[in-house]
Amino acid sequence: MKHETTASTSREGQALALRYYRDAATRFRKARLQAARYPSAVIGVSIILFFVIVAIFAPLIATHDPRQANVVERLQGSSAEHYLGTDGVGRDLFSRIVHGTRISLKVGFMATAFSLGFGTLFGAIAGYYGGWLDNVIMRAMDIMLVMPSILLAMVIVTILGQSLTNAIIAVSIVYIPQYARILRASVLKVRQLDYVMAAKVIGASDFRILTRTVLPNCIAPLIVQATLGIGAAILDAAGLSFLGLGAEIGEPEWGAMLNENRNFIRRAPLTVTAPGMAIFLIVLAFNLLGDALRDALDPQIN
Amino acid sequence: MLAYLIQRFLSIGLSLLGVSLLVFFMVHLIPGDAALAILGERATEASLAELRREMGLDKPLYQQYAKFLWDIAHLDFGRSFKTRQPVIEEIKRYFPATVELTFAAMAFSILFGISAGIVAAIYRGKFLDYFSMSTSLAGISMPIFWLGLMLILLFSHVWPILPSTQRLDAILDLDIEHRTGFYLIDTLLMGNFAAFRNAVAHLILPAITLGTIPLAIIARMTRSSLLEVLNQPYITTAYAKGLSRWKVIGKHALKNSMVPVLTIIGLEFGYLMGGAILTEYIFSWPGLGSWLRDAVEARDIRPIQGGVLFVATIFMLVNLCVDILYAYFDPRIRIGDETT
Repeated sequence: MKHETTASTSREGQALALRYYRDAATRFRKARLQAARYPSAVIGVSIILFFVIVAIFAPLIATHDPRQANVVERLQGSSAEHYLGTDGVGRDLFSRIVHGTRISLKVGFMATAFSLGFGTLFGAIAGYYGGWLDNVIMRAMDIMLVMPSILLAMVIVTILGQSLTNAIIAVSIVYIPQYARILRASVLKVRQLDYVMAAKVIGASDFRILTRTVLPNCIAPLIVQATLGIGAAILDAAGLSFLGLGAEIGEPEWGAMLNENRNFIRRAPLTVTAPGMAIFLIVLAFNLLGDALRDALDPQIN
Repeated sequence: MLAYLIQRFLSIGLSLLGVSLLVFFMVHLIPGDAALAILGERATEASLAELRREMGLDKPLYQQYAKFLWDIAHLDFGRSFKTRQPVIEEIKRYFPATVELTFAAMAFSILFGISAGIVAAIYRGKFLDYFSMSTSLAGISMPIFWLGLMLILLFSHVWPILPSTQRLDAILDLDIEHRTGFYLIDTLLMGNFAAFRNAVAHLILPAITLGTIPLAIIARMTRSSLLEVLNQPYITTAYAKGLSRWKVIGKHALKNSMVPVLTIIGLEFGYLMGGAILTEYIFSWPGLGSWLRDAVEARDIRPIQGGVLFVATIFMLVNLCVDILYAYFDPRIRIGDETT
């Protein structure tokens, strides 16, 4: 008897796997067609891939130690030795920007993963259980939204102290409400539907209902928000560092580099132009991709 | 309407209570102790105890919070530890600079944002549409602290026509009577036109920097909202009546498409009031933003608490005003009427 059950489930499993595979294949073909329709997505992905590759191979690409100061060679223009010249204490700008890619991508992905995780959790709980729990959670989220994100991040940095890690934590916390709101709205919409009721009647646990029937229906807006969120997180963290409240002094963080070099803007304009351009490009890439995803996943807008 | 206002004010009060909890517990969430954070590791035990007593940290928590609420209800946010000035006095001194900058930035972004949005909507799918929309996407992705530095590089160094720091040249500043705190108004009241021109020149670069992101957002919102309205049957009717394109857009479409744009403008306005931190820092603009940044750097707790509460209040009041303005733009929205 027991043997039979496992056999049938495994056959079922195979059929399921096959269906999933076919689905995935169709989806992939569709995605390729979509890509042609959304050139901005292609541009965005290309820029992101470029930065990811730079980040992975940073030690190989960089020509100098990004933290090694050499005062004799300070504020040089671009040359064969220093592609983008040197900064105020003689560090190689090109190498610093290359290594900064690692920091920025780390900030973007870690902060977004954190806020996505907690935002989803809070939103799901608030929307699914409702009542006082919903009230308390959403009130707290609203309070976070009544001040500019960078100000809230500054408050959190005041509490935790200044460091890159704390800047990441601050930015993560700041973006939790956005995800929580999206998820709560979707959960509220889905909760009343027949198949969720059916799952409840069968006796599925709350966790199972949330992860199997509710979450898959909110994936699209979450993906869009998360893509845009990575860009926003990178921007805010760079802003914090620019204010001197993020990355530690001397770290090759793009925002911090802008702050260090702003006094040399006349003598060595490249030290300010280049890091800012890097921030701009990476944020633009995530925005391009996010916009295209929104157009693709939400046909209502068109 | 009255019931609606009462309800809104209650809701604002509740949110402010939440914010007050946040800034109150800020002091206690700091690892170690707020006094230690302010005075640093090398402070003596006696001076730490002294500061703790001054900040009321030796009392039970509920007493501390009650006193905190009582004080802020009387607009007493304590004193800055760094400058020894009452926080409320500092807010009064720095706030006008922020307001002046915000208004200038919003004027810039509303004017150009709405125009760009209209142009993009009218020429949908044409070159002008792509041009203004890709420019606005670039605007949204722009690190404004970088934009500010680039503007300084271009217009203060390469082509030195505009000043890049402070609100007025130092020499002129000495002659100004600070009656309202708004330099544009103060200089005009005195009839000092040289100083007025100087103040305007100082305002241009920071206003462009601060206004760029709102401009981009407003342009995108105007475009999509206007496009939606242009698809409505009554627009077809208007065309069928033989009205010219500009009349249809100007008289029928534009006003109806402004409701969502107004929401965005209100939100941006509220954010800018306290969100000018980066811009003010770049241009050494002596406003709330620079002041708050300095407080955070020095871990000067009282100004941060007062500043955050103040900014949150302003933000919510601005949004309330926007909601009330809706009724003007869209009479179908009946404020306070739950049934519509």
